[in-house]
Amino acid sequence: MRYQQLFEVKRDNNQLAYIPFVLLGDPTADLSLAIIDKLVESGADGLELGFAFSDPVADGPVIQQASLRPLANQFSVKDGFNEIAAIRAKYPNLPLGLLTYANLVFAQGINEFYKQASQAGLDSVLIADCPVQERALFSGSADNHSIESVFIAPPDANDETLQLIAQNSQGYTYVLSRKGITGTEVAANQASSDFIRKLRDYGSAPLVQGFGISEPEHVYQAAEVGVDGIITGSAIVKLINQHYNKPQDMFDAIGHYAQTMANAAHQAHDKRKEGLINVDSRNNQATAVGYGTAS
Amino acid sequence: MNTPLSKENNFQYNGAYIGQYGGQFVPQILMPALQQLEKAFEDSLLDADFQQQLNQLLSQYAGRPTPLTECSSFAKTDKVRVFLKREDLLHGGAHKTNQVLAQALLAKRMGKKRIIAETGAGQHGVATALACALLGLDATIYMGAKDIERQAPNVFRMKLMGAKVVAVDNGSGSLKDAINEALRDWAASYDSTHYLLGTAAGPHPFPKMVKTFQKVIGEEAKQQILEQVGQLPDAVIACVGGGSNAIGIFADFINDKDVRLIGVEPAGHGLDSDAHGATLLKGSEGIIHGARTQTLQTTEGQIVESHSVSAGLDYPAVGPEHVHLMKTGRAEYVGITDQEALDAFQELSRTEGIIPALESSHALAYAKKMAITAQRSMNIIVNLSGRGDKDLAHVMELIKHKAVN
Repeated sequence: MRYQQLFEVKRDNNQLAYIPFVLLGDPTADLSLAIIDKLVESGADGLELGFAFSDPVADGPVIQQASLRPLANQFSVKDGFNEIAAIRAKYPNLPLGLLTYANLVFAQGINEFYKQASQAGLDSVLIADCPVQERALFSGSADNHSIESVFIAPPDANDETLQLIAQNSQGYTYVLSRKGITGTEVAANQASSDFIRKLRDYGSAPLVQGFGISEPEHVYQAAEVGVDGIITGSAIVKLINQHYNKPQDMFDAIGHYAQTMANAAHQAHDKRKEGLINVDSRNNQATAVGYGTAS
Repeated sequence: MNTPLSKENNFQYNGAYIGQYGGQFVPQILMPALQQLEKAFEDSLLDADFQQQLNQLLSQYAGRPTPLTECSSFAKTDKVRVFLKREDLLHGGAHKTNQVLAQALLAKRMGKKRIIAETGAGQHGVATALACALLGLDATIYMGAKDIERQAPNVFRMKLMGAKVVAVDNGSGSLKDAINEALRDWAASYDSTHYLLGTAAGPHPFPKMVKTFQKVIGEEAKQQILEQVGQLPDAVIACVGGGSNAIGIFADFINDKDVRLIGVEPAGHGLDSDAHGATLLKGSEGIIHGARTQTLQTTEGQIVESHSVSAGLDYPAVGPEHVHLMKTGRAEYVGITDQEALDAFQELSRTEGIIPALESSHALAYAKKMAITAQRSMNIIVNLSGRGDKDLAHVMELIKHKAVN
């Protein structure tokens, strides 16, 4: 329900939702909570939270490197759910999603995992290595505990798969900007309007675009093609990788960056209307006129 | 726990699953690649041209059929005869070449010009490099940084045959991390690239496909033992890392219920130590590298590192069909320690003039144990999955340090 409310409000205000991703317990349990506060204060409309996993096949080098910290600190799944419960207590209306890998869900006992997720106050779970075709193993338990199951729509999925994703993804559908793994090394592509239209036609939940989105330009492209929100993951995690030994520098960098991206998401449609952004879809290039970009 | 052997089709794949194991637990982005591969694989089975091309490569290039050699004295007693299926004589020095040639042909059939592969000890990397050299494909091999140090001659072999070897530093820097890295590459490159997975693990269709392309080992062995002794063997023994040589020699015997199928896992420093790779015996169910299978993990579900003296068995997961064979009771799985394998390595060299791979030495060691305790006469086939040349430097070092006699 929180996602539905969020996207209704955003649509009414002609804004994109900004949903940053961070790993739970990174760089430490306490600092992680402070980072969350910083993100919310800087304009995040929801959060995507990750459990560190030993074998993150969907992740690029930035998140792989970050994952080593919670693992080295023995930050457990239970610790993660405790952190989520603390975030929920503080932000009762903020949509909270979990991004995890199948084995972490499986190892707890699938039903038990979703029970804990629900008790902690999560809204959704996205399993990075569970395609919509394999949903049966998890979806019953998710439904029983009122956790929304989010699926990923890749740019070159066939119509049959897109339909399956649109029908099954709850809360929102995670739209991929490009192939590959998470990371800022390869920038986002503008999604094709055909792809977006198909997902809408099949009745998809709101569309949130991620993978390779690290600059306001990418947000303007996403706005142009008509998605409902954007996710940045590796861009923020990279700042944690760079500054985790100097917490104040880390908070400043994250605050500045998150604010820039939140502003881009919230103002993209207005700026387009005012002619302040020229999006050249042929070259997938967007340029903001008179708008500062992050790093 | 064990479900009874009821239906004949108990051991057939049902879609992506064998029993409740297998599946396609990969990022959504990889599904089109797996679907395309599955279709190409199923089509190839019905395509006489493809089969003929593959059979020709196997016989004229790789050297099939390989012999079945009866041991003159190794593990021999007045009751027990031991036969070796000589995959060590296959071109490339191990069974790996069988399925690599087949997958490389499939890649060509799909119009893919670039091959990526993971390798632990380097045997699968070498097999991939030779197939790509032969068939004009571009090869990139992901290999753990630690393994690159341990397996310098194989790294040189791969490079000599034109493959690019990429060191994987992240994670534990070994085989599982090389698989992760290959999967990451594939997620961005599958339009032009085939991932040539080296064992009967990973997401569907790999376990079924690798089994299909390795089952020639068991088919030949069955025919050969019937010719040589006039009856089916009492037991077939093979080592199990990911499980490709084992499933290859087991496959044609699965319906012969009187033939014992025995998989030998690396017990490392001992099954009760924390340094082994006995995924089936000591691991638990989980989801790793695209499959629901058995894995070595913490109670939290983090995958842990395995250990074995033999790099080819040093893998913390296993092919899903072996889990099914174990849970149904159709196959037995046992452990052999590093030391027992090293002893068998030296004994086979001394008694038969055959230097086995350290991987295969695990199967040999178990055959020896069985022979000593045999109460009745029996014929045992051991899959000699590879030759030991690649292990010489390693074993020399171990002997020098008096780890072995």
